[in-house]
Amino acid sequence: MVDVTERAKQLREVAYYPGCALEGSGNGYDVSTRAIAHELGLKLRDVKDWNCCGAMEVKNIDPKIQTYLSSRVLSQAVNKTHNNVVMAPCNGCYHNLKKAEYDLAYDENSREVVEMLSTKAGHQTYEAGQAETIHALDWIKETIGVDGLRGLTKGKLAGLRIANYYGCMYVRPRHIFPEKDKGPGSESTSKPHFMDDLLAAAGGVNVEFPLKTACCGGAHTLSDSDMSTKLVLNILQAAEASGAEVIATECPTCHSGLEMHQIRAEKRFGKKTNVRILYFTQLLGLALGISPRKLGIHTNISHSLDFIREKGLT
Amino acid sequence: MRSIAAIERRIEEIQAKPTANAAGELVGLGEEVLEHWICARGETPTHAKKEGFRLLALHRQGAKGDPSFNACRETCRELIYHYNLVTLEPAHSDSVKRIQLAALVAKHLVLFVGGKMEVAGLGEFCCAAKPVRKNEAVAS
Repeated sequence: MVDVTERAKQLREVAYYPGCALEGSGNGYDVSTRAIAHELGLKLRDVKDWNCCGAMEVKNIDPKIQTYLSSRVLSQAVNKTHNNVVMAPCNGCYHNLKKAEYDLAYDENSREVVEMLSTKAGHQTYEAGQAETIHALDWIKETIGVDGLRGLTKGKLAGLRIANYYGCMYVRPRHIFPEKDKGPGSESTSKPHFMDDLLAAAGGVNVEFPLKTACCGGAHTLSDSDMSTKLVLNILQAAEASGAEVIATECPTCHSGLEMHQIRAEKRFGKKTNVRILYFTQLLGLALGISPRKLGIHTNISHSLDFIREKGLT
Repeated sequence: MRSIAAIERRIEEIQAKPTANAAGELVGLGEEVLEHWICARGETPTHAKKEGFRLLALHRQGAKGDPSFNACRETCRELIYHYNLVTLEPAHSDSVKRIQLAALVAKHLVLFVGGKMEVAGLGEFCCAAKPVRKNEAVAS
C-alpha cells in the first residue's frame, strides 16, 4: 500500500510528455499546464528528445509500430530523463502510452518487435513496469488534491456552470487503465469525475452533462467533416441544455474539434451555440489568479476573454 | 425498420417539441439504431433484455467482437438513465428538460452508429480515415 503523502511527494516532480498536439493546435493546454505547475510549485521535467506516441495514424497502419513509438517515449523518460512517472496531458498520448504498457506486459510479439526496433534505433528497450503513465488530472488530484485546491482558489470559480467533457480516450478501453474503477477515490471509466472534483473545489458548479465521454468525431474530422460537425454540435447543444456556460476539456483533439466545429456548425448548418470552451488547466489557472494571457487563453480558437472578464475571473 | 435518416429526423422532432411521454419512444428509436448496426453485421437483433432493457442487450450484442463499439456504451446507459428519470418522476418540473437531454443523447447514438456504419470494419480502436484513403487510391 502506497502512503498517500509519499505518493503526493513522488508526483511533485514528473517527466512531462507534452506530445505533438500541445506544441501546435493545443498550445494553450501546454502553456496553462506549465503555468499552474509553476504556481503550485510542481516540477515538470520535459522528456528528453521525445517522439510522437504513434497517435491514431500510425496505429491504424501498424499497431506494433505505435507500441514501439510509445515505448521509446517511456524509455527516454526512464533512461534519459531519470524519472519513472510520465505525465501526459493529451488523451491520445496518455491512451497510447497506457496501451503500450499493456501490450508489453501481455503480448510476447509486441515485446519482440519493441526489442528489435529499440536495438536497431540504438536506445535501451523499455520493459513493462519501469514507468507509470499518469494524466494531468491524476497529477493535480494526487499532488494538490481537492482540499488543497479549495484552500488555494478560495472559490474563485463560484457560480460558473461547467460541463466537464472527457472524450473517449481517457477511459477506453477499460483494460488498459488497471488503476481505474477501484472504488472510492479512484477514477471511474463509466462516469469519470476527476475534472468535476477539481473544478468544484475551485468553486465551479458542475452541471449534469450526459455526453461527458461521448465521441467528438475527432477521427472523422478530415474524412467526413459534416459527421464531426454534427457530433460536436450535439455535444455543444447538450452542454447548453444542461445549463452550462463553459465546457471544460482535457484533450487537445476534443478541444480543437469543439472549437472548430462550433464555428463550422454555424457556417454549414446555421446552428449557433454560445457555450465557451476552455481547458480545465486554464480554468484552474484563472481560479489560482493567473492572467488569461499566461494561460494561453488568447491562443484558443474561440474567443473567451470577454466572457472571462464578465465573470470577474481576471 | 426506418432508415437511419428517418430515425434522426424523428429524434429532432422530439427535441423540438419534447413531451413527457416521449421517453419510451426515444429508447425505442435507440433500439432501432442498434438493430441497424447488428443487421449490417449479418446478425439477428436480440430480443433479450439486460438490466431490464433491450437497448442494453442490443448494445452488448453489437459490441461483441468489436470493442470500438463500446464508445457508445455510456450513451446507451445515459439514454436509459434519462428514461428512468422521466418515468419514475413524471410530474417533476424538469421532465421536459430531461426529455430534451434524452433526445440529444439519442441523437448522439444515431450520429455515432451512422458514422461507424460508413467506416465499419476499418480502423483498429477508433474510427479511421482509411476507407477514404483507399477509395482515393482506387480512383487514382
